[in-house]
Amino acid sequence: MSEDTDAKVRPEPAAKSRQHAGAVAEPDEVLSPAPTAPRRRRVTWTPYVLLVPAVVILLAALAYPVGWQLVTSTQQFGLAQQFHVPPDFVGAANYLTLLADPQVWTVVARSLAFCLVNAILTVLIGVGLAMLMNAVGRLPRLILQIALLLAWAMPVVASMTVFVWLFNWHTGVVNWLLTRLGFDYVNHNWLASPLSFYFVATVIVVWMSVPFVSFSVYAGLTQISGEVLEAAQLDGAGGWRRFANITLPMIRPVLMIVLLLQIIWDLRVFTQIKLLQDAGAPIASTDLLGTYIYRLGVASSDFGMAAAMSVFVLILTILVSAPYVRSLIKEDN
Amino acid sequence: MATATTAPAAAFRPGRLLATAAAIVVALIWVFPVYWMVNSSLLPNVILTSATPRFVPTGFIDNYVAVIKSGGFLNALGTSLLVTLIAVAACLLFAFCAALAISRYKFKGRTSFVLTILFIQMLPAEGLFVAQYKLLSSADLLNNAGGLAVLYTAAVVPFTIWMLRGFVAGVPADLEEAAMVDGCSRGQAFFRITFPLLAPGLVASGVYAFLQAWNEFTIALVIMQKENSHTLPLWLRSFLMQSNSRATDWGQVMAASTLVAVPVIIFFLIVQGRLTSGLVAGAVKG
Repeated sequence: MSEDTDAKVRPEPAAKSRQHAGAVAEPDEVLSPAPTAPRRRRVTWTPYVLLVPAVVILLAALAYPVGWQLVTSTQQFGLAQQFHVPPDFVGAANYLTLLADPQVWTVVARSLAFCLVNAILTVLIGVGLAMLMNAVGRLPRLILQIALLLAWAMPVVASMTVFVWLFNWHTGVVNWLLTRLGFDYVNHNWLASPLSFYFVATVIVVWMSVPFVSFSVYAGLTQISGEVLEAAQLDGAGGWRRFANITLPMIRPVLMIVLLLQIIWDLRVFTQIKLLQDAGAPIASTDLLGTYIYRLGVASSDFGMAAAMSVFVLILTILVSAPYVRSLIKEDN
Repeated sequence: MATATTAPAAAFRPGRLLATAAAIVVALIWVFPVYWMVNSSLLPNVILTSATPRFVPTGFIDNYVAVIKSGGFLNALGTSLLVTLIAVAACLLFAFCAALAISRYKFKGRTSFVLTILFIQMLPAEGLFVAQYKLLSSADLLNNAGGLAVLYTAAVVPFTIWMLRGFVAGVPADLEEAAMVDGCSRGQAFFRITFPLLAPGLVASGVYAFLQAWNEFTIALVIMQKENSHTLPLWLRSFLMQSNSRATDWGQVMAASTLVAVPVIIFFLIVQGRLTSGLVAGAVKG
């Protein structure tokens, strides 16, 4: 930081008090070695120097891959290119192939459906549990919060092994419980059909995501003053009306952000689907966007098609994230 | 909710009782998978594969011994530690500099930098891993802890900048200036006054970066394909898959999961509060 030396050069009291006076507004300008010069002229390089490391690593590890992806998505890339044959430029052919492939549309539709169902379920249950936290006394609330925190803290892969074990067809405790309750679930294979595969995946994703929603919404609920609710009650508003007309509007900002984040996160769900597929589910009929790209790019080395698909996912994510980023910016200013 | 404050404390409130019961039941459902992991890890496989599950552990620790002795665990632990430490150190340093720049200076391009940071944070690994794989393979860094650490640093730096920005902005610049009036150099003022005040923020961001890198699965799966370069999540996956080919020893798999999960849970509890407020920053104020 070049400013260090500048500061040391001026020990005279006059300069110091001048520094102090302007300090709050423009700390970088205040330390300029020529305090008599017009202040606003001088461009300080310090902030740019400070940004260099972060920018360099982001360019290298994120921007370059994005660029590579854009270029590669217009190339015919296959096994031959593994042996250093330069790829052919094919323009939009990869995209056209993708768009014409019914399998791609199935995967996209499945991912969107999975994402929406999971995000909405997560937010509904999360809000329910937040209201529950708000409704009970300290001890039950603490118990509920600790349980949710433990679920939230579990590493994804560890939770996945546990759920695969819980839903194990032969000795899993879920089948045992359902059989005890009178249903015929002896040796029921949950992962065999796509619908029950997605049911298990949804249970896992919701279990993992609800704690974040509950804690965020609960924080919002504690901001609502009890007096307002009480006044509404005295005026004859029932429980539902109090919820719809007071609570809901007040937690709306939190709800919107949390819902957006869930949609963004659930759209990119990969680990859960991949590990459930590893556990013995049919792959082609359970693929979502992430695992589909993985199969294209890593398993069959069709980088051109994988890149085109990735670009598609990136655009989808950016479209979905835009409102979230906008609201964060609004908060920042 | 409001009933609780208006009704006399001693009155019998069936609604509240019902809510308490519901809270306890939900808590039990939510904690069950975590409990089941620990419980199964402490039971021998004979009991686990019997027709009726056993809900109380016997204090059987052979599963843990077998997992640790299996060799892959310690190796993966080493790789995970190396990757995570490099990523956390680099991430903190880079993010701290950047946070200082965007919260202490007004400069051209500041807003677009902040905007880019926020958008980058949303980029899905699932849309990038193929390109990152090619990048590392052309740099001959596949199966290399350093290469993976570079990708992790880039993935975590944006959120860390965003998080640290709040902490840096929370320390008033006047404090530093006052110290300089009292005769400190700018460097001294920074390290004696500002830095100690930022320590909690650095710890929180560091733990966050640690958790992200430690738990990451997708990029590692693509980059670290060789078995001796597996990180802990990959090792856990291959441990499960290997035991799938035999009859799965669920006791050992659960012991392995517990070993992976426990340090994470402890660290997570340290930063949880800041995570929630960081992600929904300010939304509550409406």
